[in-house]
Amino acid sequence: MDKRFASNVIDAVLPAVTLAAMLAAIYAVFVYVPTDTFQGPVQRVFYVHMAMWLPTFTAFGLVAVASVLYLWRGQRVWDRLGRSAAEVGLLFCSLGLITGSIWARPIWGTWWTWDPRLTLTLVLWMIYATYLLLRNLSTDPNQGSTFAAILGVSGVVDLFLIYKAVYWWRGIHPAVLVNRQGGSGLEDPRMKLTLLVCLLGFFLLSAWLLRLRMRGARLQDTVDDLRELLTQHS
Amino acid sequence: MHLSFLFAAYTVVWVGLFIYIISLSRRSRALEREVEELRALLAKRQ
Repeated sequence: MDKRFASNVIDAVLPAVTLAAMLAAIYAVFVYVPTDTFQGPVQRVFYVHMAMWLPTFTAFGLVAVASVLYLWRGQRVWDRLGRSAAEVGLLFCSLGLITGSIWARPIWGTWWTWDPRLTLTLVLWMIYATYLLLRNLSTDPNQGSTFAAILGVSGVVDLFLIYKAVYWWRGIHPAVLVNRQGGSGLEDPRMKLTLLVCLLGFFLLSAWLLRLRMRGARLQDTVDDLRELLTQHS
Repeated sequence: MHLSFLFAAYTVVWVGLFIYIISLSRRSRALEREVEELRALLAKRQ
């Protein structure tokens, strides 16, 4: 299949599928899923909070892969993917931290606590905020891209630690998908299905946003190339 | 019932995503315009 045709099909289908999945997620969260006996309606925050982490981890994982490929091959396409994925990942990470904090206030009685998983997630946010700052503040774009790529690779260690934090260290953050005893943190099958629909919806949304952001990054590179050509011609 | 927390969480998510999509769209349009202007300028100089 022609590459351009495939790209046009994705551009047409992805937003529609994303919208359908998001509508299904809203229905599942507010109508379908039963109210949690212990936490009450505020437990419904959990579905959107959890759904933020799949796009976050995927996007930051992509940053790491793109960073390795950029350091190895030096091709601009990997640099574009890295910076686009970092921005999308940071958006979802920020929303995940905020929704977690909103859920924590009525359930834990505090907006924030220095639990190992929370602290490591804040560190993750800072790593990728620094990644984007490095690129924007650097006067030499190539040097900025290289330093950012090194940081992008090192962020993977934190991703692994965040996943393992609830099993390795004593904290108050719940282990939801697989609890500390090895079972599921969600007993009701409707809760599991709602979580799955939310994960799918926000994952598709992140994929669509990444495509839009990549398009912007390509345009920015074209602008930079044209400016350089104009400088040569003046 | 903590309904205000539920409302706040979903509002933050939708507003945050909406603002980001609008900003992406604006940036893209501005860049497209800039590409056209630069191409026209380059064509003139060549």
